[in-house]
Amino acid sequence: MTKQTPLVIRLIKGFALFWWDFLVGDTPELFIAALVVIAVAAWLSESIHANTTAVVVLPVLVIAALTVSVRRAVSAARRK
Amino acid sequence: MIAVSVSSGTLVLVGAVFLACAVEMVEALTIVFAVGHTRGWRSAFEGTAAALAALAALVAVFGPALVHVPLTWLRLIVGGVLLIFGMQWLRKAILRSTGLKAKHDEDAIYQETVAELQVATGSDRDRIAFVMAFKGVFLEGLEVVITVLTLGTSAHRLGLAVVVAALAVVIVAVVGAVVAKQLSKVPENAMKMSVGVLLVSYGTFWVGEGLKVRWPGGDTFLAGFVVLYACVCWALVTMITPQHPSNPVKVDA
Repeated sequence: MTKQTPLVIRLIKGFALFWWDFLVGDTPELFIAALVVIAVAAWLSESIHANTTAVVVLPVLVIAALTVSVRRAVSAARRK
Repeated sequence: MIAVSVSSGTLVLVGAVFLACAVEMVEALTIVFAVGHTRGWRSAFEGTAAALAALAALVAVFGPALVHVPLTWLRLIVGGVLLIFGMQWLRKAILRSTGLKAKHDEDAIYQETVAELQVATGSDRDRIAFVMAFKGVFLEGLEVVITVLTLGTSAHRLGLAVVVAALAVVIVAVVGAVVAKQLSKVPENAMKMSVGVLLVSYGTFWVGEGLKVRWPGGDTFLAGFVVLYACVCWALVTMITPQHPSNPVKVDA
């Protein structure tokens, strides 16, 4: 990306990079987990109309994702 | 019941916006102080003013636009973003609490910024100070803008969110001006943990709302999420801490 690159392209690339850093960054597992949470909640709520299950499963999945991500970081620290 | 529902939702909104803005303001203020003390206050204030104007323009452009997005879609997208953002904050705060990641040290940031500014000399002096102050305020402010816009528009309380954010900025600025560069005394990690809990709570709630999940008790359920996630964080910190009583920093991410 040199200075000859058009300003619009540089702005678009900068914008995309900002959102990539903001949402994915160094924790891609949390990004994927959020997509899984949304997909499962959508399936439970919209497809099989299991509202009560969705109420329970949604926070459980969030807690599981956070726990796995923290555990991964701790394991990585132990390996060093 | 309605009064309780409204106030619990409002309370979470106010808490999330205030704490998030205060944390980011502390970080921005540290950079501005470093620039001001090293290069002179004029460039520091000019950079800060330019960054604030740019941020205000962003709010003016995207704020009204977001209001026109259908509420269910807005809440689903915002909920997803807040879930990711909140879990990232919580993960870092938990790792910092357990000693596996360095706590955000405002003194160190101040010294690094001063050192960086002292190296650069010559005719670019004012421009460098301006850019440094602008970057610091704009980047930290951008997170504030995203938090205020997403939380405010999804809760249909953008005005309240903006007022609370402004209040947080003014309070931190006044306190910061009084205590000069003693911003390291701010319990930043505890504040970040609280913000993370509030963002994940709102994220979960709005993802559900966006997908037409009917929460028992309506908005009151949001307060339940806050308690639940706070307990989970406490449990995670407690589970991990004893195994690393005085470990040095090991986690990069």
